Amino acid sequence: METILTLNNLTKHYGKVKAVNDLSFTIEKGNVYGILGPNGSGKSTTLGMVLNVVNATSGDFKWFDGSDTTHHALKKVGAIIERPNFYPYMTAAQNLELVCTIKDVDTGKIEEKLEVVHLLDRKDSKFSTFSLGMKQRLAIASALLNDPEILILDEPTNGLDPQGIHQIREIIKNIARGGTTILLASHLLDEVEKVCSHVVIIRKGIKLYAGPVEELNASHGFFELRCEKQQELITVLEGHPDFTSVKEENGLVTGFLKNPLSAEALNTFLFNQGLVLSHMVKRKESLEEQFLQLTANLN
Amino acid sequence: MLRLLTIEFYKLKHSRSSKVLSIAYFVILSFIALIASIEFNLGDFQIRIADQGIFNFPFIWHFNTWVAATLKFFLAIVIVSMISNEYSNRTLKQNLIDGLSKKEFMLSKFYTVVAFALLSTLFIFIMSLILGYSFSDYTEFSIVTREMEFLLAYFFKLVGFFSFCLFLGVLVKRSAFALGFLFVWWIFENITYGILRWKGSAETADAIVQFFPLEAMKNLINLPFQRLNFIETAANQLQADIAIDYAVHWYEVAIVSVWIFLFIYGAYALLKKRDL
Repeated sequence: METILTLNNLTKHYGKVKAVNDLSFTIEKGNVYGILGPNGSGKSTTLGMVLNVVNATSGDFKWFDGSDTTHHALKKVGAIIERPNFYPYMTAAQNLELVCTIKDVDTGKIEEKLEVVHLLDRKDSKFSTFSLGMKQRLAIASALLNDPEILILDEPTNGLDPQGIHQIREIIKNIARGGTTILLASHLLDEVEKVCSHVVIIRKGIKLYAGPVEELNASHGFFELRCEKQQELITVLEGHPDFTSVKEENGLVTGFLKNPLSAEALNTFLFNQGLVLSHMVKRKESLEEQFLQLTANLN
Repeated sequence: MLRLLTIEFYKLKHSRSSKVLSIAYFVILSFIALIASIEFNLGDFQIRIADQGIFNFPFIWHFNTWVAATLKFFLAIVIVSMISNEYSNRTLKQNLIDGLSKKEFMLSKFYTVVAFALLSTLFIFIMSLILGYSFSDYTEFSIVTREMEFLLAYFFKLVGFFSFCLFLGVLVKRSAFALGFLFVWWIFENITYGILRWKGSAETADAIVQFFPLEAMKNLINLPFQRLNFIETAANQLQADIAIDYAVHWYEVAIVSVWIFLFIYGAYALLKKRDL
């Protein structure tokens, strides 16, 4: 698989504060990555370092195969950081034209990319007249101008209203569907869960996990069950070798698995025990629950 | 290089305030020609400035470059804001993310400054030729081409001053403060000169202060008025000695060149060291 970005023990100290500490991970082509972490965990600093605006204290990183200088490599990258930065006195189209000159790409794609973010009708409006949502969308259009190998988005929905958030998410999903590698930094877990295949979790500048979302937690998920004979169901489940714990909440019995067990197998097993279910759901922990578990384990 | 110039001019082209100031600068430069029409009366004695030899070759090179150099503040505002706006709009960060290196960023600004200085020098060259051929008493080719080193001095003076502005823009990031700093620095140089002169002598003061950036730029083109006909005549009558060395010396150009290098390199080093 083609590697897009490699980080080796990347570290950044602001005085005594260790914003990023010995961070290493790789980004492979074609995946959608989420960098997760609470506010102030070093997400933006990490992106700042690989994007050439923050100087690393130690460690290094390389773009692609490392044969190009960072600023040349960045021409093949599309990135927006925190808040959209453009020249307020220029129109949307003029701003994009400037980005094209900087990135050394043809200006022919401006209209196409403005269409992607639904801003084509405002292309001749000055940037200063845009709402935050429009500014953020323009930033995405600008990041797409060079048909980047990887799109880096740092908190793209920060400060937007629900419609704005929804629009941005739809745009990101469409881009991901097109096969573009995406690196999305966010503290909003459902946002990452909805679009990402891989996650990197950092807290206080230290990496907690990097890998596919589904391998984040070794657990096999849990069952939510309901039947007439609730007490009997609990006793049976507690005796079952594949369950670690069973609890009852709001008339719903939740059983956590320690070994893989299919829903069919459990249903057959319970039916043979004379228990007929009125409700059965097999679920995995949400990213939020897993994330909280992972960060809690360290406290 | 052309790409970097294109980028910077694109930014300036769409900025109304930069455009207005730059155009105002060149319009006011062309007003130098209006000096020709100034006349004033001293009792029965009528003086017409144009007849006093200010537009005589080769003196015109000295006079016009000196007058034009006093107008450089117009462009200084444009240049300082061209840096500080990048900071306040945070577009510097975006430029870097988009794939401009810090070195390219600094070079694009420097090339623009050189382009401005070249344009201004060319403007003064053409204007002086026109004024000179209209009013000069001597128009022989050998006389016209004499003292043209003032144009070179003018170019270096502008590049030096604008480089200083660039450096201050990067250093303090805000245009008003950068211009204020420039003013404070100018006072500082003058006070230092005053103290040195008071404690030592005029010679030691001159010898030291000539290495200061603003003084070095000033020394490139000295005050031209002592060379005017009527002042020379007056001085002769009073038997005063006003023999002033007004020529452009190579070491003056060298000092300013060193400052240009220090300012541009210093601005680059600051930019490189800083996190955005």
